[in-house]
This record gives sequence, structure tokens and C-alpha cells, in this order.
Amino acid sequence: MILQYHTSEIIIFTENFLDNLLRGLVIEYFSVVRPDAAHPANATPADQETQTRLIAIPSQLPSSNLTTSQPSSSSPSMIRFILLQNRQGKTRLAKYYVPLEDSEKHKVEYEVHRLVVNRDPKFTNFVEFRTHKVIYRRYAGLFFSICVDITDNELVYLECIHLFVEILDHFFSNVCELDLVFNFHKVYLILDEFILAGELQETSKKAIIERMGELEKLD
Amino acid sequence: MALNPFSSGTRLRDMIRAIRASKTAAEERAVVRRECAAIRTAISERGQEELRHRNMAKLMFIHMLGYPTHFGQMECLKLIAAAGYPEKRIGYLGLMLLLDERQEVLMLVTNSLKQDLNHSNPFIVGLALCALGNICSAEMARDLAPEVEKLLRSRDVNTKKKAALCSVRIVRKVPDLAENFMGLAASLLKEKHHGVLISAVQLCTELCKASKDALEYLRKNCIEGLVRILRDVSNSSYAPEYDVAGISDPFLHIRVLKLMRMLGQGDADCSEYMNDILAQVATKTESNKNAGNAILYECVETIMGIEATSGLRVLAINILGRFLSNRDNNIRYVALNILMRAITVDTQAVQRHRVTILECVKDADASIRKRALELVFLLVNDTNVKPLTKELVDYLDVADPDFKEDLTAKICSITEKFSQEKLWYLDQMLKVLSLAGNHVKDDVWHALIVVISNASELQGYAVRSLYTALQAYSEQGSLLRVAVWCIGEYGEMLVNNVGMLEAEPPITVTESDAVDAVELGFNRYSADVTTRSMCLVALLKLSSRFPSMSERIKQIVAQNKENMVLELQQRSIEFGSIIQRHQSIRSSLLERMPVLDEAAYLVKRASATQATIPAYKPASGVTPGDLKLPNGVAKPAAAPLVDLLDLSSDDAPVTSTSATTTPNDFLQDLLGIGGTNLSTAGVPSASTDILMDLLSIGPSPSQNGLLDLISPAQEQKPVSAVPQVVSLVPEPMDLLGSLSSSASSSGTKSSTVVPQAADLLDGLSASTSVSGLDDACPSITAFQSATLKIVFDLRKQLGKPQETTIHATFTNLTSTTYTDFIFQAAVPKFIQLRLDPASGNVVPASGKGSVTQGFNVTNSQHGQKPLAMRIRMSYKVNGEDRLEQGLVSNFPPGL
Repeated sequence: MILQYHTSEIIIFTENFLDNLLRGLVIEYFSVVRPDAAHPANATPADQETQTRLIAIPSQLPSSNLTTSQPSSSSPSMIRFILLQNRQGKTRLAKYYVPLEDSEKHKVEYEVHRLVVNRDPKFTNFVEFRTHKVIYRRYAGLFFSICVDITDNELVYLECIHLFVEILDHFFSNVCELDLVFNFHKVYLILDEFILAGELQETSKKAIIERMGELEKLD
Repeated sequence: MALNPFSSGTRLRDMIRAIRASKTAAEERAVVRRECAAIRTAISERGQEELRHRNMAKLMFIHMLGYPTHFGQMECLKLIAAAGYPEKRIGYLGLMLLLDERQEVLMLVTNSLKQDLNHSNPFIVGLALCALGNICSAEMARDLAPEVEKLLRSRDVNTKKKAALCSVRIVRKVPDLAENFMGLAASLLKEKHHGVLISAVQLCTELCKASKDALEYLRKNCIEGLVRILRDVSNSSYAPEYDVAGISDPFLHIRVLKLMRMLGQGDADCSEYMNDILAQVATKTESNKNAGNAILYECVETIMGIEATSGLRVLAINILGRFLSNRDNNIRYVALNILMRAITVDTQAVQRHRVTILECVKDADASIRKRALELVFLLVNDTNVKPLTKELVDYLDVADPDFKEDLTAKICSITEKFSQEKLWYLDQMLKVLSLAGNHVKDDVWHALIVVISNASELQGYAVRSLYTALQAYSEQGSLLRVAVWCIGEYGEMLVNNVGMLEAEPPITVTESDAVDAVELGFNRYSADVTTRSMCLVALLKLSSRFPSMSERIKQIVAQNKENMVLELQQRSIEFGSIIQRHQSIRSSLLERMPVLDEAAYLVKRASATQATIPAYKPASGVTPGDLKLPNGVAKPAAAPLVDLLDLSSDDAPVTSTSATTTPNDFLQDLLGIGGTNLSTAGVPSASTDILMDLLSIGPSPSQNGLLDLISPAQEQKPVSAVPQVVSLVPEPMDLLGSLSSSASSSGTKSSTVVPQAADLLDGLSASTSVSGLDDACPSITAFQSATLKIVFDLRKQLGKPQETTIHATFTNLTSTTYTDFIFQAAVPKFIQLRLDPASGNVVPASGKGSVTQGFNVTNSQHGQKPLAMRIRMSYKVNGEDRLEQGLVSNFPPGL
């Protein structure tokens, strides 16, 4: 006679799932691969269905709040946020185009800084960040980071950063970090002329500088 | 001008200076606290309107530093309601910084926004549009959409472009509004100003995403406009205003190309219309600067996305080839990125760049490596699998430690997926295990064991190569496991060079060398319980393979009789007694395992990987990961079980053949032991030990191996069979010492037992006394561990065969009272369960009283499927949380 260890009666679920199941005392389903199925390969459609359902049980996914709750199915390819940080991680400018809690913003700023600050300058200017991608570029002691969709055109955002820096440089004539600290409100104003609603608004440096000149006169 | 808060010498500057001058964080906090207090006072006191926007600016700075500034929100609204531009400017800036679309306060600003959108001063309109575009909520979008629509017709370019982007946000928030904007968006494409154009193009892109109607409309109405814009911008002569590295406005290029992709996707006519201009952009764009490459990148994406001609596609793939050989890491990265998407369109073309891609796997930059590895994985097919795997395996040796895991996983899945011959697969796996054995996932080496077990002609080779590899790479965890398993199973092939392959160098291994190898593995400080258990089993097996080593093995095993790990201690005692006392049956007990069912394993594994995806990490208890290996090496508790189970194969070779082919009926075999036992009185001790060993495995911590194992019995055979076998045990006393709890739980599981009967022998006698089931009120011991015992009293109601009323009694077997006791149960979905409240949540110590709880189960497939139930008990011992789980499948048949 032979005894063979065979897991004919197996409950296919994970402890996580069990927890969920038990916590609410939802006594409804778990899937049992029946021993009367002559061979495990013959899993009935019902079994497969239960399995898929199990997969659909929401587990604790890492928060991806960067995706706005969109009514439309496709996620917009927009800029999620722009960060300007120095090497020590002090944020000099932070513009979010998706709503985040303050605590979440601080976490994002901290994480992005950690991601970019130690990268070899020879490496790509792109790092994957949660479910998105951060395009960053370092100018002296300042890191300019733009967070976009994973499928977006990285190279063009690199150009965006450069154009923004050129505008700042032109506006403050030889910009340095202190200019940005003391005139943070102006930096925001420039950014609002350059990018709106997470999309590019103006691609001409001259146009933005002229516009800033007009706005300065009004103050 | 005197009121300008930002001219030098005013207090914003002073505050920033003071904050920057702070030497410590405490000092900074003090400055901020002082400023905040001053601002609060200013807010509460009226008559300081002129200071308001200065205070707001300070508050924004404080906010940027990460301090709470909620008290300033209302000030923002007041500033926005003020008349002048400077106040409004700071007000809107504060609004965008301090608030977002989720705050209710935002609703209060809708009216001010509406007024400002209709303001005669275009700068103020600009401010309002900007704020709306950055933070508007769905409600505001609905309320203010008409104003924005009107502004799209403005004559001022600044207003127009801002209004267009504002519409983007509105459409994102409320896609229903897309139709209102599509006409205006299309007409904006006729403008000349690049700012307006790029905004309009982005609006069109958003409209396409939001609504099918808009997509159709734009396909009809703006494709010509787009082609014209692209032609103008790419043919334009030098325009200093928009020039980036010799290319005129790459941003506009890219946005137009992106919109073209949306329009051309799945629409042959549109795609046809774009072919020429795309070809022109793809060929004429300079590729020596980032801006040019950005355009080419977008252009390639568009060509891949639309229904392009094959010539155009070749052009695109060639551009990617150039990208791949570019020196710039950024360019290589994006090339890998698109190639991954291009592979579905044109695999052959991507294959041509295989060598370059393979080089990228070895790049220093992690971003590139990751992309390249994923791409290689997609590129593998039957013809190139061998060279590709060789490259990857070679690289494994020098790869970054943190990259090894990814790499190993990919190599393993490649070799498994594409292996045509087992020898090759074996060799590759051997290399991977040797180089990165610590990174190999469990299911990978499980699969390897299944393959070895099935390849009888390669077993000798496998065990010898594993032995050799183990000498060189003993620190690799999973190599050790596989090697130890093989040495245990095929030890004699190792020593006698059985089944030599042609090209295989002969090695000389003595019996003692083999035992050494396993012993070394056991004593490695890095070996975990699983590895150590496997080593023990291997030693046990070797004791029968090499009788001369038996004495030495006994000593090694005996060293663990006092092991701190219960599992090892238990094994060591059991195995010691097998070696010492039961030589007559030892050889049959330790026969080689039957061939593992490969197909069954693969199915299990597939379903397991599916099921574990959301689980993130397979837990140890009942996860599919542990279940998928029929050979049982997956979990420590199961390993000896299998070994003990397969011993039976030699007892009765006739049944063994049938059993291997139909793995499901091992149950009968289990029961069969009892049967033969009865008839073949000559070897009663054999079955005794078998059974005891079997039983001993059951309640190993957190496992229910035995319960799982035995459970199907109840469905096919009379319940009394198991206790019957137990009752035959003549002299199990030596083992009982260590096994009492387990024996009692399994021995009594299908019998009626008085709840207080904790004693094993009582349990046994009780069980033997039960001949049949009392239909009116049978009881089962649903669960028993060293600490807790649960008895179910079952009751059927007349006329309702599906329904069973269960009365559960929980008894505490320890000397400490359990508090906060909660019993929970889960049943298959064909069963409904209703729990009544428990009689209490405190279970007194030492079985002095118990808690009861009633519940009702309805089996909707009564007669076809038996009852089964998973239970979980949580309670506190001296305030410490405890958790126990179990599977109840020993319900009497017919419930």
C-alpha cells in the first residue's frame, strides 16, 4: 500500500484574506479545491471564479494618492508635482497639481530627496517613484524634480526643467538659492505663468519674462 | 507703493532673515511661534487691512517650512475678495498653497472667482484662471465652466491660453462637459501664438480622453490643423524665442505628436493622413541634442501607436536602435522603455537589438538595468534561450547584490519556461543555485526537486553535481537544501557513481563524505529550521542507505534531542528511535520517495502564484506556497510526513503503482495501513510506528498537516477506521511521552470524547468504544492543541437534512485563565453559517469550566460535499494576545 502526501483538500487563500474574512465575520466564501475533482488540473470553473474573487479582495496596497480620483478611466498624463530642493533636503518650492495631505506632502518631499540626492551624476535623470516617475536635474546645489506618469516622455520634462531654470536665471539675473528663498512668492508666480493645471502653458522664455515685467509693475 | 510688503526693509524679509539666522531647530520654532502669534493677533484685530497680505506672505513661508497654518485660510478668502491686484495676487497664491480641492472652505471662494473671471482687468482674470486651473473641485468646475468657455473666446492671448488649460482641469473633473469645449478647442488650433497652440493641443488631448464624441469630432475637424502646425513648426526657420538647441519649440512638437497618437490610434484614415509629416519629423530631426531626441522619442511612440505603414515602423525601430547605442544613459533608458512597448508590434525588429539590450542589463545604472532585464525577459524564445541564459547566468556572478534577486527570478522563470531538455535545465539551475542560492525563491527549488525526482536517468548526475557544487558554495541556502534532499534520496548514486553521463567526470565520494556534507549543512549557522529538518531527514535516509554509517548518524541525530527548536527536537527523538529500535522496518520505511507528480505540481504552483499575488508575502501557515509541493519538502512538518508516508510503497508494491498514478486516493492508502495491519500480524510494530510518526506530525506549531491529510478520510471511509488503527497500537509508550497531545488530538478526532478527557489513553479507549455514530447527537473534537480544546456537539433537525446545529465547548488546558476569548469560523461558500453569541469570553484555567457557543450551518450541497470549516481562536493570556487556527474537516459524513 502506499500513502502519498497529497494536498487534495487545500484552502486557497492567504492569511491576509482569512483575516479580512474573519474580522468582519463574513462567513461567505473560501475556495476549496475539491478532492472529488479527480485531478487538481480539473479545477472547476467555479473554483477558478472563487480564485479570481480572492484576488480581487482589496489588500493593503501602497498608497498611490498621486493618482487623482478620476471619473474618466484613463489617468491623465500631467505633472503631479514640482519640487525644488537643496542638497540638504530643504524644500525651496513645492507645487502640487494633485491634492495631498500636508503630512503626505512632507513624506513625498523627503522620499524624493532621498531618491535623487545620492545618485551618480552619470546615471539617468529618471527614477521610479511609487507608481510614478520623477525626472530630476541638479543645478549647483539645487535639485529640480518633476513627477509625471510612468509612460510620459521623460526627455521633454528634462527640457522643461532646463527652460524653467533659464527663466529663473534670466529673471533674477544669475539666480542663486537665496534669491529663491527671499522671493519665493515670485518663483511661484513665474511657475504659474509657465505651468498651469499640470500642463505646459508657455514655451517662450521671452514671453514669460515680459509677462513678469508687466506683473511686477502692478505690485 | 509704500504698502508693498516685499520691498526691502519690510518685515517679510526680516522674518526670513530671522528664521535663517536661527542656529537650532528650537530657535527656529521660537521665531515661527512668535510670528504666528503676531499674525493671529493681526487677524483678530480689525483695521489692519494694509498688513493683511504681508501677513499672508509670511504665513506661506511658514507653511513651506512645514508648520501648521490653518488659521490663515480665511484670510486668503478675504484677500481674494479685496479690490486691488496685489492683495488678490497674494490671496490666490495663498489659496493654491494652503488649500486644495478637498477643503470645504474652497466653496466660499466660488463667488469671488466668478466675479474675478468677469473682471475688466485681464491680469485679475489671469489670477482667477490660474487658481481655478490648479485647485478647482468638480462642483466649482460645473459652476464656473460657462465663464471659462467665454474666456476662451477672449482676444488676449494670456487669457486664452490660461482659459484653455483651465478647461483641461474642468474636463478632468467633469468629463461630461467635454462636448461644450470641443468646438472652441478645435478653433484655437488655428491660432499663431505658441502658448495658445500648446494649451489648445493639450486641451484637445484631454477631450479625447474624456469623451468618445469629442474624439470623433476632433478626428474630423482638427487633423489637418495639427499636421499644419507640426509642419510649420518643424520647417520654420530660426526663431530665437522658441529655439531650444537649434530646434524650434520642441514642446509644441511633442504635444502635437501626442495628440496625433490619440487621434490616429485605431483610425486608418487619420493615420494615413499623418504618415508623411511623421516620416518627415522622424528623418529630419537632429538627434545630437536632448531636445531633438525628445521629439524623436515622441515621434516613435506615435508611429508605434497609430496604424502606420510598415516603412514608417522600420524607420521608428531604426531610431530606437540609434538610441540604444547612444552614449547618454537617458537616451538608452527611454529606448529600452519604448522597445518594451514596440515588442508587441514588431518582435523581429526588437530581436535585432538583443546584444545591445543584453549589454544594458549589465549597466551600472539601476534604472537602466531594471528596464533592460524586463526587456530581455520579453525577448526570450525557444531559439535564443540558451545563449541568453548563459549571458545572464555569467553576469549573475558579478551582479550587484541587490540586483541579484530580480535577475535570479528572471533567469529561473526563463529556464523553466523554455527548457527543452532536462539536463540543460538542471545545469542552469545548478549554476543559479551556486551563484545566487540565497536569492532563489522557494517555488523555484521546489520545482527543481520535482524535476529531479521525475528524471530517473539524471538523478545520479544531479546528486553528484549538487554535491560538488555544495563543496564550493556551501553558503547558498537553497543549494544546500536541494543538495541535502538529493543526497538523502539518492545517496547511493553519489557514492557508487551510478548512471554516469558521458561527459561527466567521475568523482570519488565515500559514504562518510556524504554524511559529512549533510552534517556540515546541518551545523551551518545560517541554516534555518527548514534546512535543518531536511538535513535530519536526509541523515535518517542515509542511515538506511549506508548501514555502516548508521551508528554515526545516530549520534548526530541524538545531539539534537535537546534542541531548543521543538520541531528539531521532536524529529531527533523520533528518528533516533527509528534508527535504534526499528531496524527491521527501517529500510522499507526509508525507501526512496515515489516520483512526484510533475503536472500536479505545476498546476498547484500556477494557482498558488495567482492566489498569492495580492497577498504580498506568502504566510507560513496555509499558504498555497506550502501546499504546492506534493513531495512535501515545502514545509518542515510535511517533510518527514512524506518520508513516512512513502515508506508504505514497499510494503505493498502492488498498491504503490496504483497510488502513484492516482495521487488522490492516498486516503484509502492511509486507511489501508490499518487494513493490512490487521491482516498481516507479522509486522504489527511497523504500522504502529508509522502511525505514531504520522500522528506526531499533526500538531506541529501552526500546522495542520495531519488534519489536512486525514480529513478526506471521513468522506470516503467509515470514520471509525482511524481510531481503530490507533487502538491497535500495542506499546506506544516510548513515543507517547513526546507525542501525547498530538496522538490524542488525531486519535480522538473522529470519536465522541468527553470534553474533560485530556488523557491520551482515555481518549483512545473512548474512541475505540465508539462503534458507530449516534445520529441524534454525535460529538467531535474539532480542535485540540496543547493549550486549547474544542468539542462540537452536532445536532440535526428533523426534516432539514442540510441544517446542522453545532454546540461548541471550549476548554482551557493550561493553568492560566484566558480572557477576551473570541471564536471565529469561516466556511466554504456553499455553506452558510450563523454564529450565536458565546456564553462568555473568559475561559477558566485547567479545564475548570468552559465557554460554549452555538451556531448553525446550512450545507447547500448536502449529500455532495461534506462540511468543512476553518476556525480561529483569539484570546489573551495575562494580557498577551494569542491566536490559534485550525481546520475542522472531521465532521461525520452526511452532514
